[in-house]
Amino acid sequence: MRVAENLNAALHGLLDDDPTAYVLGEDILDPYGGAFKVTKGLSSRFPGRVIGTPISEGALTGVAAGLALTGNTAVAEIMFGDFVSLAFDQLCNFAAKSVSMYGGRLPLRMVVRCPTGGGRGYGPTHSQSLQKHFVGMPGLSLYEMSPFHDNRAVLAAMLERGEPCVFFEDKILYTRPMGQVDPLFLLRRDGDLAVVDIRDSAERPDCVVIAPGGMAHRVLAAMRSLLVEQEICTRLLVPSRLYPLDADALLPHLADVVVVAEESTAGGTWGSEVAHLLHARVWERLRGPVRLVHSRAAVIPTAAHLENEVLVGESTIHRAVREALRG
Amino acid sequence: MTETLDGLRLSRLADDDLELLLLVRHFELKLLELYGRGELNGTTHTCLGQEYVPVALRPLLGPADHVFSNHRGHGHYLARFRDPHGLLAEIMGRQGAVCGGVGGSQHIHRDRYLSTGVQGESMPVAAGVALHLKRAEPGALACVHIGDGTWGEGAVYEALNLAALWRLPLLVVVENNGVAQSTPTASQMAGTVAGRAAAFGIPHLLVVSTDVNEIRLALEEEVARVREAGPLVVEFVTHRLGPHSKGDDARPADAVRVARDNDWYGRYAHHHPGQFHRIDDAVRAEVQAVADEVAARPLSRWEAPCA
Repeated sequence: MRVAENLNAALHGLLDDDPTAYVLGEDILDPYGGAFKVTKGLSSRFPGRVIGTPISEGALTGVAAGLALTGNTAVAEIMFGDFVSLAFDQLCNFAAKSVSMYGGRLPLRMVVRCPTGGGRGYGPTHSQSLQKHFVGMPGLSLYEMSPFHDNRAVLAAMLERGEPCVFFEDKILYTRPMGQVDPLFLLRRDGDLAVVDIRDSAERPDCVVIAPGGMAHRVLAAMRSLLVEQEICTRLLVPSRLYPLDADALLPHLADVVVVAEESTAGGTWGSEVAHLLHARVWERLRGPVRLVHSRAAVIPTAAHLENEVLVGESTIHRAVREALRG
Repeated sequence: MTETLDGLRLSRLADDDLELLLLVRHFELKLLELYGRGELNGTTHTCLGQEYVPVALRPLLGPADHVFSNHRGHGHYLARFRDPHGLLAEIMGRQGAVCGGVGGSQHIHRDRYLSTGVQGESMPVAAGVALHLKRAEPGALACVHIGDGTWGEGAVYEALNLAALWRLPLLVVVENNGVAQSTPTASQMAGTVAGRAAAFGIPHLLVVSTDVNEIRLALEEEVARVREAGPLVVEFVTHRLGPHSKGDDARPADAVRVARDNDWYGRYAHHHPGQFHRIDDAVRAEVQAVADEVAARPLSRWEAPCA
């Protein structure tokens, strides 16, 4: 099963299980079924609760908040995650605030889905990874789709928090297989964390790479080339929830060299938050500071060769791990 | 559709209505006095001159209806709950505060009442609530209070489009007091509220009167229609008597005089002196007692600041 199908099944499951669940967004109705086909079939099965909206990201996010405010479960799709900037006020100043600014806890069951990231030639305004702009907002949780985390369970975890969540879905993942890794690797779960090791590696890894789900395949490719070419043994850690991050859950899996890889462009990144959390906990156990890998400080170009120059790829991660190990 | 209501002479109100009007008036005056003495933290926006709007709407709204208020919301809250203690405690950060003192003057949530401090933000949320009501509780509506300045925000138009498109039970109450903070409406709004409502095919009603009885009579059927037929914009031509917040009134003296001439308070006292003075004195004393009692309370506590 591909990741998009898993997510589609998760949304079907949610609408099946929860009679108060709504899914809303632009162009999500059948037969079109959403720009990335993630909502395919939903409006045919649940016509009253799957709602196509005008091109109004702010309003559709506000409507989702209004539905959540009246006790419903609301999943809003932002067609391209870049456009979530148009819903920033609804998320930052309404939904996230409402959870606690009225004194007591006001639970809101809502998820805003954001197809995210580059690598498909969509250009500067349709390729960004905007996670970092939402880090550190009280009352707002950030999750990222991963090939190792079943989306039905992730949806349930987000809704269980009772506060608005933004779900970042790296578009590259949609067509990737769900839950599978190359026989070279061993995939296991430790709570929220997916842990991928080199199979049959007896010793502790030389380096641990922490990355959100969208980076998983690029990190795995780098792990393979590092092993084959350099005999470097790495471990990948993929948390489902990016913020607030359960840093303590990472600790048992760390090595003395740690890299955080993400697709965001440079500056104020999620990785710098992760590094800060780890430095505060295990500074004396690290050989050097946590090394950050991210895309260049540039807009994301359209032409493939230029886009490749800006975005983090396998080789960026490979190089960063080698540099980190050299100290 | 635009209809105009006008009324210079104020008809006699039931004691209960007059008490509520005066409660809001004296509450707001008391706030300005407390601020002036440095006894309150932060800022506030009083609805002096506009008290009759929520008082007129009060019997037209039921307990199942949601009310969304804005930064200038004390009157909306008092008309809904008649709870000057809880509101003042909220503003003063004292025990018994509606929201623990976290939200303060412009962020209040209680039952089906919610206010927020960002212009236009509540319109899409209210549309979502109206969508829920239309399906789950037909006959109930969502009422949103906005001002003339709010029409500068794009969120208003996105929400009006949805409300008209989905025929949502959304009552938009525009308190057009002629000034957005310091900017005269004529300097910030091209065209009219009526024209903007018409662009979405949403009925618009213009209320010039400050007579609570007259306004109710004119709105009763229109508001009832919202519950079945869809959105309505009711625009009150009103006057902000006081400053935007505490002492920031840069309006020319003429503009302030016009606001004062339109004030219901003096006119009602003139038309119905016996009833007015009896109740005015009582409410003034009541508000003073509320202020004294609340000020003496211990500080409010925030039970759960972090998740």
